[in-house]
Amino acid sequence: MVDGERVEYTYATAIRAAFEYVLDRYPETFVMGQGLWSPWYVGDSMTDLDKKFGAHRVIDTPVSESACTGAGVGAALAGMKPIVVHPRIDFMLYAMDAIVNQAAKWSHMFGGQAHPGVTVRAIINRGGEQGAQHSQALHAWFAHVPGLRVVMPATVADARDLLIASVLCPDPVVFFDDRWLYDSVDSLPPVQELTLADEGPRLLATGNDLTFVASGFSTHLALCAMEELRGSGVSCDVVDLRVLNPMDRGPILESVMKTGRVIVIDGGWRTCGISAEVLAMVSESLAPGDLRCAPVRITLPDAPAPTSRVLEEAYYPSSQAIASAALRLLD
Amino acid sequence: MKWRSLGALADPSRYQDPLDLRGQDPSVLRSQLRAMVSIRMTEQHLAEKRRDGLIGGPVHLGIGQEAVAVGVSECLRQSDMVFGAHRSHSHLLALGSSVHRLFAEILGKDTGLSRGMGGSMHLWDQPRGFYGSVPIVGGTVPLAVGAGLAAKLKGVDDVAVSYCGDGAMEEGAVQESLNLARVLEVPVLFVVENNLFASHMHISLRQSSNATSRFAVANDIPYEVVDGNDVTEVAAAAARLVESARGGGGPGFLEAVTFRWLGHVDWRADVDVGVARSDDDLAKWRARDPIARLESAMVTAGHWSATQGETLRSDLKQQIVALWKQAMSDPWPEAKALMDFVYTRREGA
Repeated sequence: MVDGERVEYTYATAIRAAFEYVLDRYPETFVMGQGLWSPWYVGDSMTDLDKKFGAHRVIDTPVSESACTGAGVGAALAGMKPIVVHPRIDFMLYAMDAIVNQAAKWSHMFGGQAHPGVTVRAIINRGGEQGAQHSQALHAWFAHVPGLRVVMPATVADARDLLIASVLCPDPVVFFDDRWLYDSVDSLPPVQELTLADEGPRLLATGNDLTFVASGFSTHLALCAMEELRGSGVSCDVVDLRVLNPMDRGPILESVMKTGRVIVIDGGWRTCGISAEVLAMVSESLAPGDLRCAPVRITLPDAPAPTSRVLEEAYYPSSQAIASAALRLLD
Repeated sequence: MKWRSLGALADPSRYQDPLDLRGQDPSVLRSQLRAMVSIRMTEQHLAEKRRDGLIGGPVHLGIGQEAVAVGVSECLRQSDMVFGAHRSHSHLLALGSSVHRLFAEILGKDTGLSRGMGGSMHLWDQPRGFYGSVPIVGGTVPLAVGAGLAAKLKGVDDVAVSYCGDGAMEEGAVQESLNLARVLEVPVLFVVENNLFASHMHISLRQSSNATSRFAVANDIPYEVVDGNDVTEVAAAAARLVESARGGGGPGFLEAVTFRWLGHVDWRADVDVGVARSDDDLAKWRARDPIARLESAMVTAGHWSATQGETLRSDLKQQIVALWKQAMSDPWPEAKALMDFVYTRREGA
């Protein structure tokens, strides 16, 4: 790649480019997780990295989420920049102690002297009739925990650049990427390293009538809904959250103050989810009367993921459903 | 077949004689004795202060188990990476950490090892090689494997040490860690302080055998099983296993059989709380004292005198009282500490 030239990536190959970037430039980086030497588990987001950088730096592991994630935390304490990959979040639940009790708390409970700067890459991998234990999007759980930075890229650029920023961040990061985004395409300029602590919500589209707030694949749905609404003469702000915790509330509030209408879309469950947090924050920050109508949440129903394709269709939000909700709001 | 059953090692009426000191370096023995007495007196002081209400949080004391950490630390160097658990005062102090800063930490003072943010159960002294201790059983075991893996990836011959108890062997994360360490050939020493109890439950009520080294056998990890109240045996076995790990031989597993004189937490003996914990057993284990057995053998061998023992104890008593007083008058953390340490500050990012 020549300096200054843009290169075309998919969301998946942008993630691969991020791995390549850090493995190439930072000898203290290494990757471990299940399926890293196989084409099955992580799409084309890590193809041949083990061949390029060696199987000792790209480690396909035993079926031990708990020990592998804990080992990532320990290696980070010993000065490495590890990335632990979980091809499905559902299996990562075995690693909750390493993430929630250890990684998230070591800085605080040791007075800011310990820095477990591990990156946990958690892949949301759902649909295709896989059902309740192969489908979950649990980003809200992790965003609840102080000490973790929770990153959820929606765009090809963020898939690459926020992953690099996560790896370089001295704090523990849980990075959620979504396989439903893997085929998104964009051309990107050369990498410019970002400081994760400076990154926050970003306005991906501007309009006047209402504000969509979303993250990850839901941001993609919001952008599609925005396009559909354009035909009806409706213009929307789309706020992409990007970093769920710590959440920079400013850009969200600024947009909602402007439009007076807000729809939050989230690919997780409704109760105690990210949509609840965003709306609670909006309602406690605005004055009565700042909103022109009641806010709306579009989320998964509070039920486990089904397998039957008919039920799957009913389960996941669509851009049409979002656009319809927006039109009802403006009615 | 110590990996099938501990046999006599778990019998407190055995191993009560003075240690066999043939071939031991007297100056090493003296420094080990001093370290063990210092750790014991420090913990006895903590027990009293907790009883008197001066310590607000729980303290898990390891009185009776001092030989394990002192023996293991003998073969470690400052760049090794030690991880502890809920009962880790001895693991920390055996590395030469500050008694004053331990006291300050337990009192929640800004001068504490963890800046007053951790207390007795969350201790940190990385400059001395103590990477951290936490009370989640088995919580640091995979972390130690990762630290050892880091040393391997860096190409240095440091080792990680994971102290845990017999109860930790019942955690899935620990079983995973043993396998992972072996598969990746990680330089880590698992030190199991088998004191036969997890909280109130005797090992016979929790495991099919009292010998935890069977898990080392199952994972093809080199192991040794020793009387954990014999500092010379602990030190020799740890040295062999650490040397192998440093040389690229992968993980090692040391099972040190010992007993805590006090209950699971705080100052009481808790014979009435423990299931299968009796006054009779406790009396026998007190006779299997790692300090008395070492000290009397040293006196017999002419490496030490009763007067030296008295002087050591009166000096330590004075120091401990002074350090406690100092810690008591140390400053509290500022209120901003509550939010300051959640994340690395931006300027540090």
